[in-house]
Amino acid sequence: MSGYTDGIIILLCINSIAAMGVSLLTGFTGIFSLGHAGYMAVGAYTAAILTFQYEVNFILAILLGGAMAAILGYVIGVPTLKLVGDYYAIVSIGLGEAIRLLLENGGTITRGARGYPGIPPYTTLTIALCFFVIMAFLMFNLINSRFGRAFKACRDDYIAASLLGYNTSKYRILSLVLSAFYCGISGALLGGFLSFIQPIMFDMIKSTELTAVVVFGGLGSMTGTLIGALIITLITELFRPISQYRMLIYGAILVIIMIIRPEGVMGQHEFGPKLLKVLKRKFLRGNFSKEGGES
Amino acid sequence: MTKVSKNIILKLDNLNKYFGGVPAVKDISFSINQRELVGLIGPNGAGKTTIFNLITGVYFPDSGHINFQGEDITSLKTYEVIRKNIARTFQNIRLFPRSTALENVMVAMQQHHACSFGEAITHFGRWGKKEREIKLKSMDILDKMGLAKRADQPARTLPYGIQRRLEIARALALDPEFLLLDEPAAGMNPEEVNELNHLIVDIHKELKITILVIEHHMDLVMEICPHIICMNFGTKIAEGNPDEIQRHPEVLKAYLGVEVDE
Repeated sequence: MSGYTDGIIILLCINSIAAMGVSLLTGFTGIFSLGHAGYMAVGAYTAAILTFQYEVNFILAILLGGAMAAILGYVIGVPTLKLVGDYYAIVSIGLGEAIRLLLENGGTITRGARGYPGIPPYTTLTIALCFFVIMAFLMFNLINSRFGRAFKACRDDYIAASLLGYNTSKYRILSLVLSAFYCGISGALLGGFLSFIQPIMFDMIKSTELTAVVVFGGLGSMTGTLIGALIITLITELFRPISQYRMLIYGAILVIIMIIRPEGVMGQHEFGPKLLKVLKRKFLRGNFSKEGGES
Repeated sequence: MTKVSKNIILKLDNLNKYFGGVPAVKDISFSINQRELVGLIGPNGAGKTTIFNLITGVYFPDSGHINFQGEDITSLKTYEVIRKNIARTFQNIRLFPRSTALENVMVAMQQHHACSFGEAITHFGRWGKKEREIKLKSMDILDKMGLAKRADQPARTLPYGIQRRLEIARALALDPEFLLLDEPAAGMNPEEVNELNHLIVDIHKELKITILVIEHHMDLVMEICPHIICMNFGTKIAEGNPDEIQRHPEVLKAYLGVEVDE
């Protein structure tokens, strides 16, 4: 396999991990975030500084990058997620920008806006794939457990959820912490892949892209998120030769999805035997086109 | 059975709740014995649902106390109240619309069959066993409520009467000692009301739990509740058995208006 294909696969893994994190928060817990690139930045810089400055083992550094992001998520989540509503979404914009600005003005620790060069290139294809497989395994298990049902309950009706004995703010915070952890890991892997990180890589556009991937794939579908990450990553990569039209195509695809399938590619379905059964039933009834994939 | 039938399970003490200057609940006191089936009636806006919301911690009272099984639960948050084995349904149905009937019940059922976070993300350990338990017991409840056929249907596609039933099933999955039903018969036709009647009586008998039911359908309350509390304008105007309530002048006044010849 050529280096270029390897690169795309690694990038896919990195983007998918971050997208899974955002999907858990936005798709499954119903909290919109516009600042998740901030957690990626925290993960990336933590791992970069640890490996470059202190020569920490890179696996440990990646995990610590995730942990730092998770801790930050907890600190931000406790005051904002105790409240119900869009408080977190607003705070997250400020958070994302604040982290970027802090990194730009971080002096000798973060080396400012010029970026952080010389990170050991620890993210090989194997490492990226391993992390992706393990993180995806854990995530799919999580959403197929009592936690997944609890997150969805908090999303669909938080009053009903609390009347079933759920401490909904606890679940919202847990969801954010896990989501930040995933983004932190993803950022740390990105640093090791590019060997160079820069605060501007983790700006608002990156944050919106993460949320766009999740909405594109379908809010409340983890396989949809992976499909979304795949398509969006490939679009930005495959159209690299006509780079000036890349954003145009990217935008057009989002608009098309919004018009023909507002609930996202997968809606709330997961790809699996259950979905095939639903589709089969719909085809047999012959009203597939009328109802779309909704059920 | 450890439950003693003459013990007081719930006691409200001079409960007050104002919304702005409007008293929604004014100096309400009553108590409910264990295993009783109590009806709470009153015209629209009498403050019945507010009482439910006060008991379940959706609102906090401005003054007064709520005592459940000898414990002061006045200032507990909703989820803490529920963990004391209280469950309720809503006047306007609050199911999780996109989840199936089975999942709706499972969300409640899993409260008593928890696996740890580690087990949840790895699916090792007790996860499989717990998950099967949750599913089996949830199906059991659906079956008892006559909803087994509907298990895989998303809640929002179910007929109205079935949704009401499902909400009661979900509340029962919490295995409560005390069940609050907020207008379970709202919007039902006479036939469905009749079915519901039997259902509530059956639940009360079989599960040996205490039930407090808000109702507008007088016939339903009169038929099934031996103990009735009547409210109007936020205050309790009468309490007693169906006969006493039906003859009580204040109740007649609230429902039929003041007599002309004074």
